[in-house]
Amino acid sequence: MSNAVSALQGAAFSDGIAEVRELGLRGMITLRGDLSDKKLIKAVKAVAGAMPEQRKIALKGDAGAAWMSLDELLLMVPHSDALGTVETLNSALNGTHFLAANVSDARAVFEVSGPYARDVMAKLAPVDFAPDAFEMGMFRRSRMAQVPAAFWMSDEDAFRVVCFRSVGEYMFDLLSVAAQTGSEVDVF
Amino acid sequence: MLILECPCCGVTGEETEFHAGGEAHLKRHSVGSTDDQFEEYLFMRENPRGVHLERWRHNNGCGKWFHAARCTMTLEVFGTYPAQTYEPPQEIKDAISAKRPGWSWRNFS
Repeated sequence: MSNAVSALQGAAFSDGIAEVRELGLRGMITLRGDLSDKKLIKAVKAVAGAMPEQRKIALKGDAGAAWMSLDELLLMVPHSDALGTVETLNSALNGTHFLAANVSDARAVFEVSGPYARDVMAKLAPVDFAPDAFEMGMFRRSRMAQVPAAFWMSDEDAFRVVCFRSVGEYMFDLLSVAAQTGSEVDVF
Repeated sequence: MLILECPCCGVTGEETEFHAGGEAHLKRHSVGSTDDQFEEYLFMRENPRGVHLERWRHNNGCGKWFHAARCTMTLEVFGTYPAQTYEPPQEIKDAISAKRPGWSWRNFS
């Protein structure tokens, strides 16, 4: 197999009010199907550890499952396990109406961390980032400036952002500019 | 700015997270229809000052289509409801009637 590289190969920006880091290779699988189907729930639990509730993300170590829409989940696994996981899902769900696709190399993942991470995120997405409105465990698909993105909190002051790989550089520049020194908003 | 609640995923977002999809409840006249019906389907649109029913898509979110009832004058949103209906559900009609008594839109009122 060819040598897999992530969108920005771990680029980082740390000279501002928050640290922005591209997280490198992540395994991601789009799973579409009937999310109330027992067979599907069982398969998701086997792969990602837990089944997420609506608009939530269920994380277990490096693995996780995020609720994307009524009929879609985003499963996160280590990058090297992605292909194997798709095979596992294909055999576990054989006979039901579903789709499991390895989208690892079509995505870029970023982490925004630091005490002003909320400020940085709130500048870019039309979402309420107040500490009591956006909490750990929530998963939100929205847009950041001009591109679609999904995000959740990985820690008390850290956010993870997933976007299309094709706009990875745009997203990194965007987050870096929003995290410039002296650009604190101090609303939260 | 419109604040819409997507009935599919339950997210309340502002309008840049959504995309307008034109008028709601059009009958798609096709093979076997008369020229007048086809013209009606292709070109004839409501352009109301007041209550309007529209299709919207949550394009920067869950990606699903839904319907919204809103006022074109005040940008007030009366409610949103699933795309899989031929007419607005009673609770949406009631919500509009509460704010705009005597409203009508095409053949709904």
